[in-house]
Amino acid sequence: MDPAAAKLIGAGLASIALVGAGIGIGTIFGNYLSGALRNPSAAPGQFANLLLGFALAEATGLFGLVVALIILFVF
Amino acid sequence: MASAAGDGHGGSGLPDPMHQFEIKRLVPLEIFDIDASFTNASLFMVLVVVIVGLFLFLSVKSRSLVPGRMQSVAEIMYEFVANMIRDNVGTAGMKFFPFVFTLFMFVLGCNMIGMVPYSFTVTSHIIVTFALAAVVFIGVTIIGFVKHGIGFVKFFVPSGVPAPLLPLLVVIEIISYLTRPISLSVRLFANMMAGHTMLKVFGAFVVALGALGGWAPLLFMIPFTGLEFLVAFLQAYVFAILTCIYLNDALHMHH
Repeated sequence: MDPAAAKLIGAGLASIALVGAGIGIGTIFGNYLSGALRNPSAAPGQFANLLLGFALAEATGLFGLVVALIILFVF
Repeated sequence: MASAAGDGHGGSGLPDPMHQFEIKRLVPLEIFDIDASFTNASLFMVLVVVIVGLFLFLSVKSRSLVPGRMQSVAEIMYEFVANMIRDNVGTAGMKFFPFVFTLFMFVLGCNMIGMVPYSFTVTSHIIVTFALAAVVFIGVTIIGFVKHGIGFVKFFVPSGVPAPLLPLLVVIEIISYLTRPISLSVRLFANMMAGHTMLKVFGAFVVALGALGGWAPLLFMIPFTGLEFLVAFLQAYVFAILTCIYLNDALHMHH
């Protein structure tokens, strides 16, 4: 296979990591909403944890994106 | 990013989305064979420090008991970071308030100034975010050893674990401790870079489709730009709150 083509395919495959980030972010916000509807008075206190969980989940997907960028631009 | 073409256009005719991250030397300068040029990245870092400093200086200059608009914003920022430290570290952490506040305001300023068209996002370069994360990591480790002495190594030994599992868990704890600066810096860098690349790609769609068809991607661009502002704030917040959590680990060591 042409090495340039393999590089592009590899970068595309590495981007699949964002699937996991999508599932994680959806789980976090979904669970926050269902918890907030059950007990609205406790919801504002957990908002910081929500943002923290969102950022942590998103970061794992972005690591995949970084791998894709490294494949594209470093090698 | 080494790929940026000189004219900002890739092979496909669309603008190269990586062109915006290119570093240009504004004032070439070499000290002992080290390239210490004043670049556009340095210019925007100076700009952020000047804007944040001037804003805070001017807003509290009058120091009225009933705050005006500018003083209110400055007080909200102060309270925001102060509450973050009180909630996550406790009152013992207020010693480190100036550091966390500076860090938060610098990252927030860099992220927000990057949203201005034709400007440069300093935090979209991993070396900048890694330098910030390394300062946090090294500083927190030193604080831990100063506060607890050599007993800080007990931080890597989880309590209530059966002895046969300990060798494995200690190694895992040390590895997870050492990846902190990497995850802290890559999170900020990847978020800012991915966001700006996405905006550029969608912006190129608007231009490529012209006045007739460009409205459809433009409709997507508007909420995406709003989302980018949210991410710009959120990443500064996450950077500061993780710094607080690491500080808490070093000061109180409970596991």
